[in-house]
Amino acid sequence: MQTKRTTFSNWWLPYALLAPQVLVTLIFFIWPAAQALWQSLFRQGDAFGIRPPTFVWLENFAALFRDTLYLNSLKVTLIFSVGTTVLGMSAALLFAMMVNRMIRSRDTYTTFLVWPYAVAPAIAGVLWWFIFNPSIGILPYVMEGVGYDWNHRSSSRDAMILVVVAAAWKQVSYNFLFFLAGLQSIPQSLIEAAAIDGASRRKRFLTIILPLLSPVTFFLLVVNIVYAMFDTFGVIHATTEGGPAQATNILVYKVFRDGFVNLNTGSSAAQSVILMAIVIVLTVIQFRYIERRVNY
Amino acid sequence: MVENDRWGMLLSHLVLILGVGLVVFPVYVAVIASTHPPGTFVRGVMPLLPGPNALENYRTAIFDGRSVAGTPPIGGMLWNSFVMAMAITIGKLSISILSAFAIVYFRFPFRIFFFWVIFLTLMLPVEVRIVPTFEVVANLGMLNSFAGLSIPLIASATATFLFRQFFMTVPEELMEAARVDGAGPMKFFRDILLPLSITNIAALFVIMFIYGWNQYLWPLLITTDPEFYTIVMGIQRMVTGGDSEPLWHLVMATVVLAALPPVLVILFMQRLFVKGLTETEK
Repeated sequence: MQTKRTTFSNWWLPYALLAPQVLVTLIFFIWPAAQALWQSLFRQGDAFGIRPPTFVWLENFAALFRDTLYLNSLKVTLIFSVGTTVLGMSAALLFAMMVNRMIRSRDTYTTFLVWPYAVAPAIAGVLWWFIFNPSIGILPYVMEGVGYDWNHRSSSRDAMILVVVAAAWKQVSYNFLFFLAGLQSIPQSLIEAAAIDGASRRKRFLTIILPLLSPVTFFLLVVNIVYAMFDTFGVIHATTEGGPAQATNILVYKVFRDGFVNLNTGSSAAQSVILMAIVIVLTVIQFRYIERRVNY
Repeated sequence: MVENDRWGMLLSHLVLILGVGLVVFPVYVAVIASTHPPGTFVRGVMPLLPGPNALENYRTAIFDGRSVAGTPPIGGMLWNSFVMAMAITIGKLSISILSAFAIVYFRFPFRIFFFWVIFLTLMLPVEVRIVPTFEVVANLGMLNSFAGLSIPLIASATATFLFRQFFMTVPEELMEAARVDGAGPMKFFRDILLPLSITNIAALFVIMFIYGWNQYLWPLLITTDPEFYTIVMGIQRMVTGGDSEPLWHLVMATVVLAALPPVLVILFMQRLFVKGLTETEK
């Protein structure tokens, strides 16, 4: 990694400059992560200190993968992440394509589409929870008109739809900005040349625009999965609280429940370690891809 | 535009207006709901036109709070959120600009090692190490304090990377000239590097402020004293607090007040916001 060609020479100053950030990182990031790793290898003792914690190797992990609740949570997380990502990205791509065709109204539309980024996930959850409220919400009222009996308090499917819509709604802005930037960097001459050769709008989209958007799309894919898996805690906690019957109990929410409500330290730590592994894999994918993009 | 196709444009406008409608709808409903008297929500479907109770609802939410909605008055929670967001933002900016300065402008043993330590923060979001981080903060006696709310969140690899990238583009001659003129490293940092970084700092400020304001899980964990509740987590208490239906008119007034500051920041600083977003996250 480079520095400037000429550098200052001072034997203590750089350490002093780095100290605040490194200390915060060590105390509040690395140390707890190491603790989680360590705790994940123990079965917790009882509350009275009669039975001390025992070292159980990977038993906590093995137990997790035998636990139907955990396996269910994995499945729920998968459905939730895929749903949120697909919904959030496809709506954003559609909007970005349309806005990109506008000239005078471009900025106005952008302003209107961008601000939900500022809304906290928990608030997004509460907003949609209100709209979908079975007794007074507007959408259940409309759906009743077409013969669908909406109730996210009893129906697993309805609850999942609710949290996916709330989580995707907030993320549309972010995806939209990146898609719009991606579309604007596609040379107009390519599209004009294809049009002169007689390619239809649909064909131009499939053979020129979509392939040229693939770096942005891939980047957004990773970012959205990370968002859906880790940043949506508020959406779940403020609305369904994982229910009904575990239907929206995503991994992050389960770690929190098991650690703070059920006080099962060993299992919660093992779940943390699995989540860390997932984040590390996703971060590595993201950065490898960025390296590549920078190089060409 | 390649073809001149009027119907296509019309269709695009239609799709966009529908899309904007969908995006705005939840907040519209919230604003409307916050203007109605409590009786409106007892039966029937939620209203779609403004009601007469706006002033009263907001006054109750801001000043009374606790007795009627199960939370402290919103005024205090708004203040807590603001202090937390500012502390996180300023903390993040100052420690990452200093460490980026050290990494770019000095050569010293273990430089790469420190860089990796900072990089690791990206891989360890709070959500994946909830319990042990809580224990560390509890052991340090930082529960129910602004220090506990902000300091554990101020390590930021993205900000450090952004500043590092920017410093690498600053011409070498500036530093050489400063050295010839006898300026030490801190004088160079203060009088040359800092003024040059103003735009980057402002762009990051917008992003970080929104990040800080919207924190949810962390305040939820470490505040048990209502004195330190932040507004975003306070809403959850109002919604799920009791057995009865939430007091929707107050909940929605709170939702509007909680979402307003970061939304205003985006609307008024859209250019900086877009810059900050696209440059930090790539």
